[in-house]
Amino acid sequence: MGWQRKILRVNLSEGTAESEPLNMDWAFQYLGERGLATKYLWENMDPKADPVGPDNVLIFATGPLTGTMASTGGRYVVVTKGPLTGAIACSNSGGKFGAELKFAGYDLLVIHGRAPEPVYLHIVDDEVEILPAGELWGATVWHTEEALKARHQNPLLKVASIGVAGERGVRFACIINDLHRAAGRSGVGAVMGSKNLKAVAVHGTVGVRVDDPGRFMEVVRETHKLLAESDGRKELTELGTNAMIDMMQEFGGLPTRNFHEVQFDGVDKINPTAMAATTPSGHRNLITNKACFGCTIACGRIAHIDANHFTIVNRPEYRHASGGLEYETAYAFGPVVGIDDIDALTFASYLMNEHGMDPISFGGTLAAAMELYEMGVITADDTDGVALEFGNAEALTIMAEKTGKYEGFGQVLGLGSKRMCEKYGHPELFMGVKGQEFAGYDSRALQGMGLGYATSNRGACHLKHDAFAVDMEDQTGNGKARPVKRSQDKVAIIDSTGLCLFTTSAWGIKDFQKQIDAACEGDWTVERLFETGERIWNLERQFNLAAGLTAADDTLPKRLLEVPAPSGTAKGKVNELDKMLPEYYAERGWTTDGVPTQETLERLGL
Amino acid sequence: MQKSLLITADLCTSCMQCEMACSFEHEGVFNPAKSRIKVFEFEHGKRAIPYTCTQCAEAWCLHACPVEALSRNPQTGAVEVDDDVCVGCKVCTIACPFGTVNYNQDTGKVIKCDLCGGDPQCAAVCPTDAIVYVDANWTGYERMKQWAVKSDARPSA
Amino acid sequence: MDYVIVGAGPAGVIAAETLRRSDPAGAITLIGDEPEPPYSRMAIPYLLAEGIGEEGTHLRHGGDHYEKLKIEVRQGRVASLSPGDKSLALDGGETLSYDKLLIATGAHAVRPPIPGMDLPGVENCWTLEDARRIAAGARPGSRVVLMGAGFIGCIVLQALAARGVDLTVVEMESRMLARMMDDAGAEMIERWCKSKGVEVLTSAKVTGVEATNGGLRLIIDDAGMIDADLVVCATGVAPNLGFLEGSGVDTDLGVLVNEYLETGVAGVFAAGDVAQGPDFSTGKQAVHAIQPTASEHGRIAARNMAGHETRYRGSLSMNVLNTLGLISSSFGLWAGADGGERAVAADPERFRYLRLEFEDDVLVGALCLGLTQHVGVIRGLVQTRVRLGPWKDRLLNDPLQVMSAYLERTQGVA
Ligand SMILES: Cc1cc2nc3c(=O)[nH]c(=O)nc-3n(C[C@H](O)[C@H](O)[C@H](O)COP(=O)(O)OP(=O)(O)OC[C@H]3O[C@@H](n4cnc5c(N)ncnc54)[C@H](O)[C@@H]3O)c2cc1C
Repeated sequence: MGWQRKILRVNLSEGTAESEPLNMDWAFQYLGERGLATKYLWENMDPKADPVGPDNVLIFATGPLTGTMASTGGRYVVVTKGPLTGAIACSNSGGKFGAELKFAGYDLLVIHGRAPEPVYLHIVDDEVEILPAGELWGATVWHTEEALKARHQNPLLKVASIGVAGERGVRFACIINDLHRAAGRSGVGAVMGSKNLKAVAVHGTVGVRVDDPGRFMEVVRETHKLLAESDGRKELTELGTNAMIDMMQEFGGLPTRNFHEVQFDGVDKINPTAMAATTPSGHRNLITNKACFGCTIACGRIAHIDANHFTIVNRPEYRHASGGLEYETAYAFGPVVGIDDIDALTFASYLMNEHGMDPISFGGTLAAAMELYEMGVITADDTDGVALEFGNAEALTIMAEKTGKYEGFGQVLGLGSKRMCEKYGHPELFMGVKGQEFAGYDSRALQGMGLGYATSNRGACHLKHDAFAVDMEDQTGNGKARPVKRSQDKVAIIDSTGLCLFTTSAWGIKDFQKQIDAACEGDWTVERLFETGERIWNLERQFNLAAGLTAADDTLPKRLLEVPAPSGTAKGKVNELDKMLPEYYAERGWTTDGVPTQETLERLGL
Repeated sequence: MQKSLLITADLCTSCMQCEMACSFEHEGVFNPAKSRIKVFEFEHGKRAIPYTCTQCAEAWCLHACPVEALSRNPQTGAVEVDDDVCVGCKVCTIACPFGTVNYNQDTGKVIKCDLCGGDPQCAAVCPTDAIVYVDANWTGYERMKQWAVKSDARPSA
Repeated sequence: MDYVIVGAGPAGVIAAETLRRSDPAGAITLIGDEPEPPYSRMAIPYLLAEGIGEEGTHLRHGGDHYEKLKIEVRQGRVASLSPGDKSLALDGGETLSYDKLLIATGAHAVRPPIPGMDLPGVENCWTLEDARRIAAGARPGSRVVLMGAGFIGCIVLQALAARGVDLTVVEMESRMLARMMDDAGAEMIERWCKSKGVEVLTSAKVTGVEATNGGLRLIIDDAGMIDADLVVCATGVAPNLGFLEGSGVDTDLGVLVNEYLETGVAGVFAAGDVAQGPDFSTGKQAVHAIQPTASEHGRIAARNMAGHETRYRGSLSMNVLNTLGLISSSFGLWAGADGGERAVAADPERFRYLRLEFEDDVLVGALCLGLTQHVGVIRGLVQTRVRLGPWKDRLLNDPLQVMSAYLERTQGVA
């Protein structure tokens, strides 16, 4: 158990929804969530398919520990082919939706085809309906969630939906659940939009059982305690993920003004101290912290915007609390675009959630547009009269809204940075990998991060490996291939459990292993888990190769490989990818062209 | 000394550990839909209120029961449902002005907080002490019960 | 002090127990005329549905419960009351004197004045004895006609359906549950019943019942005839007032009592189905023939009898009903107050319905269909007359927010 042993398969072209048994052979090989969804994707679609065509498959997947008392056991993942990258997309989210899907009795929701008219899914346990979205098409995420709860007279419904950005194919549109949790990256929201699927609304009453309840509860008590006592956990609870901004600033790894700089002079105005400070007019950005389902960390921030701030002074509808700044949002609306107005950042963050967009990609794209603007490549004529200068807070919020509503220059930003930069003849300004923008870590200061970015199967991503400590200790490219590879496999496991990566602030692999082993049948040893992680990684790679990606896509922008960091602990350094990458391929058992060898595939049973 | 659940909503992060612990204790399954304690969220998560039976002295549920399926446990002070006696008439669910007795359609009986026989699991797992199990005459508890008194539709004597 | 309680239903039993707590020394006599240990009528449907046995309907389960409390339980029927000399007479002539008297005689089923209603095979569903006869006649596949689809009728409907009979419901009014549901809700319940294979005829008047070869035949005004093996009559009840004739105790629909549940005759109180006492919602006197009222009446009347002056703020009309799995409830002034406002959320396709009625910014009544969780807070809001403030507008917009409104307005979180 742990698994519900059941999946829900929906074909929107045909209007059918049927449940079927979970393929347990695959479950034993891929565990759940990310791994299992990757296997189902691989078996169900042609990797060459158009990501926004009807042949792409969109999978919502929970893990065996989703909906259990394991701390943070509320995660789910959206796996599909990403419109931003053309690679496999794997976007992980918290909130309460994932657990609810599991409680309704499903490990996975697999969506095929394209509905002839906009629809949404309504799932209450075994009752599944594909219903016309009607006037909800065109509505915001926030309105959609409220309207669906009212329409079904069920305040307990959990909703994952897209905004206009997803409907209109913004390349970094995300799927938002529970108002402000996101399956954020790679444009999974645009896939949902291309399927004419506005929302998935689910209520579950079946519950989740585990294989060995007695042992599971014992292990859970231990792991809860470990988290409770860990300093890393305490920092996340007290400061939120944005604690990272001070760390990166000090280290000199905080990408600023489209990666021209690695430190930002406005950090003090947008860091956790600023969030918790009361302004002279008596406003405090931060209200409280908040947990996702099952989480005993509660790193989420709930904030509100000063009612007199220019962004909302005439818009009372935004005078309510909502999700506040996370580190990546603070980075993407702050340093990388040179803005230090905390209320503007918070408002832009609201807009991302309300309209369903990924702040990292939006911020990265805006940063490139600002550079284009300052270079004179684009002018106010292109940008609807808005001065796209670094540091312009108003430009940030106007463009966020335009992109969310798919209006004016927002349509250009909605292409994502890579396509936009190519459109204007300056592909070198795109700061990312495989079409996906970087998160808030500069790979000149964090070498292994550069390798992780370059090799992540979903394009630039800071969350697909976890070699942070090694990176901070040694700022060269030496010996990075092995820890990066190993941590990629480890993260692939954690992403397949239903748990949150942030638990690694207190838990080692053994702690995960004990929980998995107690919850799931089968003998889940640490070795088996690492092998499973490696299998997942290689299958993702297989998907990408089949989709047409090559080793040439495992690279970083010139700015990081050739232009030395101007300040900070890595002053004068560039990223040493050329050294790390061949070592990495060897570690992985791949050819020098980055293709898994027959031997590797066989070893992993692929 | 009798103990009571003391709930401090300000501390609640709405992590739902309490709901899972409750359903696990009573049903052997992680299933918030079957939890005797419920967390309600407001305004995009700005506030969360864990909510369950206060084992009020008035015990509207107990008095309304036509077959004596509800009784007070003298050790814990909790009003408990005897599943073998409950006929599932649901009168207690409308009689309780706090809405803390609920019908379980699967079993055809009602469910309510029974303080887990004196070791309430919601309090045991709450990571923020939003739910604690304390001496009933602890002053904070009075605050929580104020409303119970206010809602006494009975007598002013 | 001698306390005498007439009627050993819930009101009488709870009064006796409360008296014992309030007055440890008093003598308490509980007289009931049914040849059963004190039981709960409302458990009868679950007996019929075979969820419980007869002892499961008993109000108290310990064999020596009454003995231990020194409550004398007597079987007998009270024939008349003489408040002048504080005594009453039993059938058979025995007299009993009292210092304080509680009338808790409940109600009896009434049948419409239609020819043939007295034929064998036509049963009420009110007492345990009725239930035994129904159980004998309602076997899987039996053709059963249920007359009356009011609240009690609908509960019996559920029980008969559970026995696997071939069921037809005949209701004179244009809708089911005429006094508990509005048109919209009743329409959903009727459609639901039909979808579950129960035949429901509304606006259908039975004009006669005839005996046929081995069965019964009902003549229906417009719809012809229905053959049946058993007819269950749930067409209404009336309080048991007969023995009060000439006693000087004022009656209207029931025994009129004030806010201390005392009649106009000092020392004589009334409680439960027989009492017409203060109505919380209207401030007038009403008969609320429901279990929670019987229980509240019993307790408060007893406290007053024992000299602990206790004012009753009035009973709230409320019901909860399970019709073949569809759960509905009603509270207070569900049909609305003069000049009040209404919030409605309806999803007829999924049999979900919520109607809230406000007077000013106070909730005064509600109807719910398909809602089982936390419904009690509706009573809480109605009964405490909590001002909803800004939440009223929110509820007008989306009545489903009622739990949120309740929590914010009552739990001190605004
Ligand atoms: C089938 C059915 C289902 C019901 N379902 C519900 C429900 O779901 N919810 C709800 O709230 N209510 C329900 N009720 C109503 C509920 O049972 C009554 O409101 C409740 O029983 C009233 O209690 P009482 O003590 O006032 O009267 P009763 O229970 O009627 O008891 C009165 C007793 O007094 C006796 N008596 C009468 N006259 C004399 C006399 N002269 N001398 C001696 N004894 C006498 C009677 O025989 C009877 O035993 C239901 C009733 C029935 C029949």
